[in-house]
Amino acid sequence: MSDGAPGSPSLAAARKGVTREKTSHAPAGRWTLALWHVAILAVVFGVWYALTTPGIVDAAYANRIAFFFGRPLEVIKVVIAWFVSGKIYPHLAITLWETLLAFAIGSVLGLVIGLWLALSPTASAIAEPYITALNAMPRVILAPIFAVWFGLGVLSKVALGVTLVFFIVFFNVYQGVKEVSPVVLANARMLGASRQQLLRSIYLPSATSWVFSSLHTSVGMAFVGAVVGEYLGSAKGVGYLILQAEGVFDINTVIAGIVVLTIFALLLDFAVTKIEARLLVWRPRTAQTESL
Amino acid sequence: MNATAHAAAPARSAAPALAFERVTCAFAGKNAGERYTAVADTSLVVGDGEFVSVVGPTGCGKSTLLNVAAGLLAPSAGRTLVAGEPLSGINARAGYMFQADALMPWRSALGNVSAGLQFRGVARDVAAARAREWLARVGLTGFENGYPHQLSGGMRKRVALAQMLILDPEILLMDEPFSALDIQTRQLMENELLDLWSSNRKSVLFITHDLEEAIALSDRVIVLSAGPATHPIGEFAIDLPRPRDVAEIRLSPRFVELHEAIWHVLKSEVLKGYAQGKRSAQ
Repeated sequence: MSDGAPGSPSLAAARKGVTREKTSHAPAGRWTLALWHVAILAVVFGVWYALTTPGIVDAAYANRIAFFFGRPLEVIKVVIAWFVSGKIYPHLAITLWETLLAFAIGSVLGLVIGLWLALSPTASAIAEPYITALNAMPRVILAPIFAVWFGLGVLSKVALGVTLVFFIVFFNVYQGVKEVSPVVLANARMLGASRQQLLRSIYLPSATSWVFSSLHTSVGMAFVGAVVGEYLGSAKGVGYLILQAEGVFDINTVIAGIVVLTIFALLLDFAVTKIEARLLVWRPRTAQTESL
Repeated sequence: MNATAHAAAPARSAAPALAFERVTCAFAGKNAGERYTAVADTSLVVGDGEFVSVVGPTGCGKSTLLNVAAGLLAPSAGRTLVAGEPLSGINARAGYMFQADALMPWRSALGNVSAGLQFRGVARDVAAARAREWLARVGLTGFENGYPHQLSGGMRKRVALAQMLILDPEILLMDEPFSALDIQTRQLMENELLDLWSSNRKSVLFITHDLEEAIALSDRVIVLSAGPATHPIGEFAIDLPRPRDVAEIRLSPRFVELHEAIWHVLKSEVLKGYAQGKRSAQ
């Protein structure tokens, strides 16, 4: 697939591919795996705690390390305080809203323009160098321009997210249309489909299936756009919290913000997986049997 | 766009259902100026209600001929007549059953069978009801909501058959439709096809590389030469009694006689095609 964009959660998929190839190497059981996951987390926290606690490590070193890395218990305290006081919710809501808007607008634009260019060779030939140039450009650098255009509110973050999401969706739709099976297409034509009906019942479903397959990446990118936008200048959002804390060297709050964002991104990814499974029921899955 | 052609009651005229008149198909080769002639100067007629099979060595341009009949491919020279009228654009009187899987993977069996009616503007529930009937007729009751990947190869072929027949086309174009099936499923499908065909005699142009299948099903068998520049080199009327059972008819002495006679013509072409394939592989 063409989504080589960063942040695509392909590890699980890649692992599945590996285990399928060598079935003799059965993967560890579910609980063993969970145990490993928890153990690694505990070790990381343990080392982090030990290195930043005076008494375990020499106080001078511990404080210096804590200045750069924060203290785990302080971080957890900040996170709990955020949720208990409810202070985090409006910020999370803004970030989520920006993410969803950027994702929706970017996807629709990518779908429409992708379909148009894929079905019109002339338009695609004319647009090609510009698409390539825009895609090659590091688009995060547009954030200051968007801030000037759209102010420090939600819009500038959405605009940044849209530029990130658009290209992922665009290239997937373009690919999806190009890869429509010629036999399926010929069959629909023989069944009497008009050009418009071909668009609706062949090209669009084929293209959307590619959009869905890049859902993880594009939602992730919308999230990146929102947070980076907030970080570069805003009055609300989790990125703003991090920016504020950084300004006063409150490393614990910075890390707390990162932890919240990570957990939030995981939840978002989980939701996407659920939606994907619902929307792509027609997709063949590689393994159909279930162990009893 | 095809609504009118299908709505009008087919005028059973004296003109053959389908006729190729000196059809030639040439494709641009890999290098500039190079040309590959797939089909050369082919004339062929499918009578009204006739079941005609075309056999030939693999890669001899049989599918090209069928694509021309469907209107998916315009011939380089010559013309195609459908019920006496020259064909331009898609052949709206024909249904096409492809060799490869041609079902829409994102539609259920029911959605696939009703697709053609929906394209013609038939109301969704009416189309669904008729699709259900057709699925029952090809023995797929209970599989309406299955997606193509959940169905077996034989079931997918049945869906494709229902998808084509629900539109009640006058001409059936079939491109080795059962070649991917195992022998038992294949004979079942062939018998089903004969049953459906005999109930309302459509004109059929059936492409296959399997001579036994061709004889068992057809009224007439046409043998094509090895490619390039494929053209008909023999024509045999199959005077076996109908109704036929494709498994049993293979044992009748007349079948064996016909098989021998046609194979005599086909054999040298198959060997030629094999030699060419070997040469181009080297």
